Amino acid sequence: MSVTNPNWKPKIVAFCCNWCSYAGADLAGSGRMSYPADVKIIRVPCSCRVNPMFILRAFERGADGVIICGCHPGDCHYTSGNYYARRRLTMLFSMLDYLGIERGRTRVEWVSAAEGAKFSKTMNEFVETITNLGENRKLGDIRCKKS
Amino acid sequence: MQKIGVFVCWCGSNIAGTVDVEAVAEALKSVPGVVYSVSYQYMCSAAGQKLITDAINEYKLDGIVVASCSPRMHENTFRKTAEAAGLNPYMVEIANIREQCSWIHKDKEEGTKKAIVLAKAAVAKLKNDKPLKAGTSQVTKRALVIGGGIAGIQTALDVADAGYEVDIVEQRPTIGGRMAQLDKTFPTLDCSACILTPKMVEASQNEKINIISYAKVEKVSGFVGSFKATIRKKARFVDETKCTGCSLCMQKCPSKKGKDEFNMNMNNRPAIYIPFAQAIPNVAVIDPEQCIKLKTGKCGLCEKVCAAGAINYKMEDELIEREYGAIVVATGFKPIDPSPLNEYGYAENADVVTSLELERLMNAAGPTKGTLLRPSDGKHPHEIVFIQCVGSRCDENTERGKPYCSKICCMYTAKHAMLIRDKYPDTNVHVFYIDVRTPGKNFDEFYRRAVEQYGVDYIKGMVGKVAKEGDKLMVRGSDLINNQQVEIAADLVVLATAIEPDPSARSIGTMLTASMDTNDFFTEAHAKLRPVESPTAGIFLSGVAQGPKDVPETVAQASAAASKVIGLLAKDHLVTNPCVAESNELMCNGCSQCEKVCPYGAITYIEKEVRGPGVREVRRIAQVNPAVCQGCGACTVACPSGAMDLKGFSNKQIMAEVDQICL
Ligand SMILES: Cc1cc2nc3c(=O)[nH]c(=O)nc-3n(C[C@H](O)[C@H](O)[C@H](O)COP(=O)(O)OP(=O)(O)OC[C@H]3O[C@@H](n4cnc5c(N)ncnc54)[C@H](O)[C@@H]3O)c2cc1C
Ligand code: SF4
Ligand code: SF4
Ligand code: FES
Repeated sequence: MSVTNPNWKPKIVAFCCNWCSYAGADLAGSGRMSYPADVKIIRVPCSCRVNPMFILRAFERGADGVIICGCHPGDCHYTSGNYYARRRLTMLFSMLDYLGIERGRTRVEWVSAAEGAKFSKTMNEFVETITNLGENRKLGDIRCKKS
Repeated sequence: MQKIGVFVCWCGSNIAGTVDVEAVAEALKSVPGVVYSVSYQYMCSAAGQKLITDAINEYKLDGIVVASCSPRMHENTFRKTAEAAGLNPYMVEIANIREQCSWIHKDKEEGTKKAIVLAKAAVAKLKNDKPLKAGTSQVTKRALVIGGGIAGIQTALDVADAGYEVDIVEQRPTIGGRMAQLDKTFPTLDCSACILTPKMVEASQNEKINIISYAKVEKVSGFVGSFKATIRKKARFVDETKCTGCSLCMQKCPSKKGKDEFNMNMNNRPAIYIPFAQAIPNVAVIDPEQCIKLKTGKCGLCEKVCAAGAINYKMEDELIEREYGAIVVATGFKPIDPSPLNEYGYAENADVVTSLELERLMNAAGPTKGTLLRPSDGKHPHEIVFIQCVGSRCDENTERGKPYCSKICCMYTAKHAMLIRDKYPDTNVHVFYIDVRTPGKNFDEFYRRAVEQYGVDYIKGMVGKVAKEGDKLMVRGSDLINNQQVEIAADLVVLATAIEPDPSARSIGTMLTASMDTNDFFTEAHAKLRPVESPTAGIFLSGVAQGPKDVPETVAQASAAASKVIGLLAKDHLVTNPCVAESNELMCNGCSQCEKVCPYGAITYIEKEVRGPGVREVRRIAQVNPAVCQGCGACTVACPSGAMDLKGFSNKQIMAEVDQICL
């Protein structure tokens, strides 16, 4: 997909569970491990709190990529939340793919509270993928687009 | 319209360095609903908090947004500030513009833009916040300590001292842990057993302490203040209440070929045994893998000789269920197996031993009765080579060992070298090292004594190969200071092997939902400020389970953990998290989807008369028990009718954030 708007910067929403990934993001911060400012984090108690609705809404409102981060399998603070998340999101992602939102625009990653470096690396990679994919034009609510 | 205040923190230059904080405060002024917006050097300071309090009163604010460091740092601080000013503490949102903005972005313009978006998202969320009220829950005034090494023993003694009951669950037949296996301890060289065993006895005699040995924690449910644990006490085949520890059975048992784990498998023990003379409980145990009676039905000698009638071949595992207010993880460590590191020839050569094996070879109760003899031929070694950092401080990508420093090895090797030179002055001792690390109190003095007073030969360099030649072990290595290769014909080689968490640690971590690092050491709630607590409320960390430590450090941490446990158990009630799920009875259709995914069984169903526009009927609806719900939100997504929502992280709140970020 070609990038038409030269000022375009990807919009990326990252849902992070409070116990592992949000803490991992904090650790990336205290370790000054940078990643692009295009990533904005929303804190949720657990990856299983991420309703597919939130992801659809993000794309509808103009997000170019959505990433969900949770604790490693077996380490969820609530024991099993990330298993639910994994199952639900796998289904959602293939449906989104069907609707034309490339697989690269959605991602699930397990990042522990000790993995600041992994958090930063993941975000760098994800931004790169999205930048290569270009602006997302599918699912966007054209009524709320400015131009 | 709500009246919202926004408070942007500079955090000295931590935020102000890469975010134009004044521009952020200014930009937020134009957001509908925001009636006050300001920036200040240190929002968390007393003056910063007063600024917030004053603004809440002056502008009659309904809610506040603090754009500052991570909510994991100061959310509670600002909630308390709000509460003190008469605001509901849950009408506070934090925009994380330090860890997730200023610290990771170098471009000030970009950082400022992002900070504005994050602050606006917090305002958007806040507009959907509702005042919440925290409930309370009971505290069971008993602690569970998992692991009965010096760490677990010390924590238990301190907690019991404050008047609370403690159960110690130890997987081995006796408490004592690794320290019981040591000969002498640095830096004072006092005998390990002489300082440890009195503590073990004290623990067993303390009426508040209940030692459950030869047992494992199988299941843990519940939450801080009211955990419920299932403990499997393995069958010992010896009645603990009857056995007197006379050890007659050990002498008579005909099956004598068991490996003596306490002596690092360097000698044999009978099928019925007491691990060591001062074991607590001082009670025999039968190894079912080795007992002739249990395997074939024949023998039964020990039953015949036991005057106390303690033997019971029919004994079965016992399941104990108990409630606890706090849980302490003190699962300790084990040395790694150096066999995969081929160059040291550990697997092939009996005379290449680990340091812990050496402790047993030097101990009066060990396999050689305390005379240092080579395992292969029982001769006195005259040239001994120690190799440091075996499996420690390795490159993470080579997978040859652990990336961390095991911390205790430099000191115990100096101890070993000194003890050997003292007892056998005709023996030469060489130590290959990468660095000598001795930062403890009186530690460097101790190491220098080994070099200066005892003439231990320290060689800075690594060992490339240990090969057997005749009855010698040829150790080839480099001497970096003299820039030359060295070869030493040694009689005994001692490997200072890395230490790693007990193999059961990972499963304990999962059971407790307590987080661990990539090496399976338990992580602390805050690396500097909360070093003895796990991020999971009610779980505390003691000893090497959290990271490598020597005995003094272990004991200090164990007592610190105990003080945290006591602080918790001293409370009668705990304030519970009000961010729990709630179902909307008008929308709920009683489908039971939510109950199926709830990990805590917090959801039940009731028949209730529902009244709403156009409805008035008795329906089956979901009801969440707020004392049990932990607020994960699994049910909210499972609910097909959108009836279930999570307070504090409601659909509306999260959507508002999404909308703002994507704008
Ligand atoms: C060779 C060597 C020499 C040393 N010399 C010295 C010295 O001279 N001076 C010094 O200060 N320090 C020395 N140390 C360090 C010292 O051994 C440790 O600091 C100390 O043992 C740590 O105690 P701990 O209780 O944390 O762990 P441990 O001693 O390992 O105790 C842990 C206990 O928990 C039990 N456990 C583990 N998992 C479970 C489970 N899932 N359920 C139930 N129970 C469980 C274990 O069986 C064990 O009894 C030495 C260490 C080594 C290896
Ligand atoms: S949020 Fe829902 S699923 Fe999670 S603990 Fe509470 S009731 Fe159970
Ligand atoms: S899943 Fe929703 S509709 Fe079904 S019982 Fe639970 S709250 Fe009611
Ligand atoms: S708490 Fe992190 S995924 Fe559940």
